[in-house]
Amino acid sequence: MKKSVFFGTVTAAALMASGAMAAEGDTLKEVKARGVLNCGVNTGLVGFAAPDANGNWSGFDVAFCKAVAAAVLGDQTKVKFVPTTGQTRFTALSSGEVDLLARNSTWTFQRDTDLKLDFIGVNYYDGQGFMVRKDLGVSSAKELEGATICIQTGTTTELNLADYFKANNMTYQPVNIDSNAEGEQQYMAGACDAYTTDASGLAATRAAFADPENHIILPEIISKEPLGPAVRHGDNNWGDINRWVLYALIAAEEYGVTSANIEELAKSSQNPEVQRLLGTTDNLGGMIGLDADWAKRAIAANGNYGEIFAATIGEQTPIGLARGLNAQWTQGGLMYAMPFR
Amino acid sequence: MVQYPGANSPPFKLSMLIYDRRYRSLTIQAVVFILVMLVAAWLINNTIENLARLGKTFSFEFLFRRAGYDIPQQLIPYTSDDTNLRAAIVGLLNTLQVTIFGCITATIVGVMVGVLRLSPNWLISRLMTVYVEVFRNIPLLLWILVVLAIFTEVMPQPNAYRGENPQAHMLLFDTIAPTNRYTAVPSILMSNDPGVIPLGREGLNWAVVWFAGGLVLAWIAHRFLKNWAQRVQDQTGRRPTTWWITALMFIAPPLLLSWYFGLHLDRPVLKGFNFTGGAKLDNAFVVLWIALTLYTGAFIAEIVRGGILSVSKGQSEAAFALGLRPGRTMSLVVLPQALRVIVPPLISQYLNLMKNSSLAIAVGFMDLRGTLGGTTLNQTGREMECMILMMGIYLLLSLIISGGMNVFNNRVKLKER
Repeated sequence: MKKSVFFGTVTAAALMASGAMAAEGDTLKEVKARGVLNCGVNTGLVGFAAPDANGNWSGFDVAFCKAVAAAVLGDQTKVKFVPTTGQTRFTALSSGEVDLLARNSTWTFQRDTDLKLDFIGVNYYDGQGFMVRKDLGVSSAKELEGATICIQTGTTTELNLADYFKANNMTYQPVNIDSNAEGEQQYMAGACDAYTTDASGLAATRAAFADPENHIILPEIISKEPLGPAVRHGDNNWGDINRWVLYALIAAEEYGVTSANIEELAKSSQNPEVQRLLGTTDNLGGMIGLDADWAKRAIAANGNYGEIFAATIGEQTPIGLARGLNAQWTQGGLMYAMPFR
Repeated sequence: MVQYPGANSPPFKLSMLIYDRRYRSLTIQAVVFILVMLVAAWLINNTIENLARLGKTFSFEFLFRRAGYDIPQQLIPYTSDDTNLRAAIVGLLNTLQVTIFGCITATIVGVMVGVLRLSPNWLISRLMTVYVEVFRNIPLLLWILVVLAIFTEVMPQPNAYRGENPQAHMLLFDTIAPTNRYTAVPSILMSNDPGVIPLGREGLNWAVVWFAGGLVLAWIAHRFLKNWAQRVQDQTGRRPTTWWITALMFIAPPLLLSWYFGLHLDRPVLKGFNFTGGAKLDNAFVVLWIALTLYTGAFIAEIVRGGILSVSKGQSEAAFALGLRPGRTMSLVVLPQALRVIVPPLISQYLNLMKNSSLAIAVGFMDLRGTLGGTTLNQTGREMECMILMMGIYLLLSLIISGGMNVFNNRVKLKER
């Protein structure tokens, strides 16, 4: 009898010890085994990541998640979108709750090193701006002395704001908010004079207003906010896969590969770069643990970088963002894919 | 059955650990203890392993780094150049502030509602029932958001006070301006400022010391006066009228000091985007305070009602028979006995209020959860350290509150001799 108690204890201890092993590891293998990509996105920022009335997510960041799912799992619908706030996003990634964080997050030194994240590239070059009501009569951020400003906690913008007002010797009263929706509500009610976040986020927020013409975004851009998807530090292969999916989308635009002509180009293109990208020659996918068609599927999912931009946040959408810095390097922008070779 | 140890007790066998009543409980305790320790060891080991796998170290060094963010509500001076530690202290003080204010007002609301619920007046007692049931049965977070919505949507913007024909008017001779950000109230200025006693970065104004000293002296003098009046009453049977001397003692020194320091009000004036001058009562604090008060007050009301009902009716009838008036019956007979029932559950309501105040982030009130467990955690990425520290602080606060309340409980509880 005593023996059985003893063995029971040992068995329990052994079970527990084995449980300790099951955290992290090979993300690619895990995602494939699970059959679903867990992707951390914004809780709701129209144009970047927002669910519609039926719960279908769409947007610029969402399209990247779908492209990765298409490349890795062969089906762009195999994504579980996990809404994260400015406060929860990095914990969600480092705890393994999400495999990939595509949530307009700024690439900074500390996040890349101390927080143990790996930013895999920049999908939108942004900067922090201010939005105010037109009837306030303010035309420059320098005139915001003494203003009450809504700011999302846990963002780089919170730190930039403190630095900017200190550097310009101005005072302000912060109103800390948790999500974009809350910021919108407080700003609309006039509980703050100005709302500050990334300029793209301001444009997206303004587009959702009933009266966008009554609000202006001030000309000052007070910081550099390179927004990019991030993965956990340490799993280099998974980082490579995500990085090259992003480059594939950017390169596709450069070489004129669109979701419309991709099948045709895959068969007939004579451009060796396009052939390697689409897997017609050289099996590049095999080098990162995927098949030869990975990039083709990623591009076919929602189109190339330019198509995604135009469909979600471009000038034809209510958000109306110009390409600006985010144009291809051949067009004077900063989007530059590394060679597929 | 009496057991005789020694001579005729059988020799110890291993099976006795299970079958012998004398050893069985020890065996069970040992097994449970080992299991609990194994679970704890597994949890700790799992944490250490996963932290190591992520390449994260365990260190509180981040507390001494520059915080870099601003905090809207601060009881001690703080700028973005201060350390995360100071930011955490600012947050802790905010937590304490809302807890203390909340406990006081919740107790007042709770006692009033609890007594009124027992009122023979049908309308009043039903109204109080509705209040208790409505607040007790809806989650606190919803109440916080409702109060916040009322404050931001109904109150005027500071802008509404501007212009020739403003939409909103200041109250009380143009001194108080409620807005949807804060309530601007006048502050007290001195034309003959006695200066401050420097205490670190803060300072304690001499005027505060003088006023406090005046009050303490008045209170001591009041005690002497009371003793003297008691002596006179004991000797002559007549109590001398002293209320006007007491009033004079409490009112005269502050008046004299105010005149000497040249106290005057600094009115808030709308300038630029906001009111300047005067003081601002932040809405985030007020909203949280009101919501916590109303919510906890409903629970306290029930505790008070239960306490009063627990005192048998014969007690108050006996008091009436002795000729005590209703007020004195309540304060001398019923309440002292009711307190014995009221205080223990009241302690847990105070603890609940303190813990519930961590919902402050919903209204942008930067309490401990908002600074240490919010922005600092997020900007430094030290989830483990911040959480452990925060849990430790909340635990410590709870223990202090319940310790203090237990002392009070021991004073009011039934003295058994």
